[in-house]
Amino acid sequence: MSDGVPILKIGSTLLVSIQVDLQDDTALRLQEDLAERITRTGARGVIIDISGLEIVDSFIGRMLASVAAISHVLDATTVVVGMRPAVAITMVELGLSLGDVRTALDVERGLAMLRPEDRSAEEILLAAAEREEG
Amino acid sequence: MTAATSETAERLPVRADSDVVKVRQLVRSLAQQARLSLVDQTKLVTAASELARNTLVYGGGGEAEVELVSDGARTGVRAVFSDEGPGIPDLDLALTDGWTSGSGLGLGLSGSRRLVQHFAIDTAPGVGTRVEIATWSR
Repeated sequence: MSDGVPILKIGSTLLVSIQVDLQDDTALRLQEDLAERITRTGARGVIIDISGLEIVDSFIGRMLASVAAISHVLDATTVVVGMRPAVAITMVELGLSLGDVRTALDVERGLAMLRPEDRSAEEILLAAAEREEG
Repeated sequence: MTAATSETAERLPVRADSDVVKVRQLVRSLAQQARLSLVDQTKLVTAASELARNTLVYGGGGEAEVELVSDGARTGVRAVFSDEGPGIPDLDLALTDGWTSGSGLGLGLSGSRRLVQHFAIDTAPGVGTRVEIATWSR
């Protein structure tokens, strides 16, 4: 078992930057750690930066799709960012689709994608209703 | 399974998750030496990763043999994955996208075939499986 991948928390977003060649068991552990951290911190967004990954094979692809599905069930949105062009080409040829996983070119764009969701639609409506009453 | 061996080939055991990572790294380093394009390197390494995992998960472990090959004008990388596992009873089925005998996505064999220029598989029930792949510089 190798060291786990660190998970940073910035506001209501969890940020994971994968910088090493992921071993399968490390990938599975990251999936579990993220689920635990989302629940514990109430995070609304997860950004997984894969710019350090030289390949995404079916195992890692499945892990990314699972994290997105798990976070969705836990009321958080996952955005995978930083995929290298050669990795994207290879993944498509392999037949791997990331399904419903949201993607962005870099961390900054990923954060921008999550920002509107920091406030739920319900909160925005409530705030608007309060303004009208006041 | 018998396999043609080469004196220059590097052999790595495939017995644990960490071995799959080592195979990827070795294939990557030889692909760079063979001056494959970045996309071809990435495809070859990805295929090697899928096949090494198959060797580990379905073959019960085995070995990988990776070497630089040359036909004069071009240089390439050849990788052979072999195990003495249960073999693949229905090869056509196993090469179909989405079919899996385990819990995977069923892309390992069919997908990796699309990622390389040469793909050959030799398997027999109860004897084992040998998959050979190669990609050449363009």
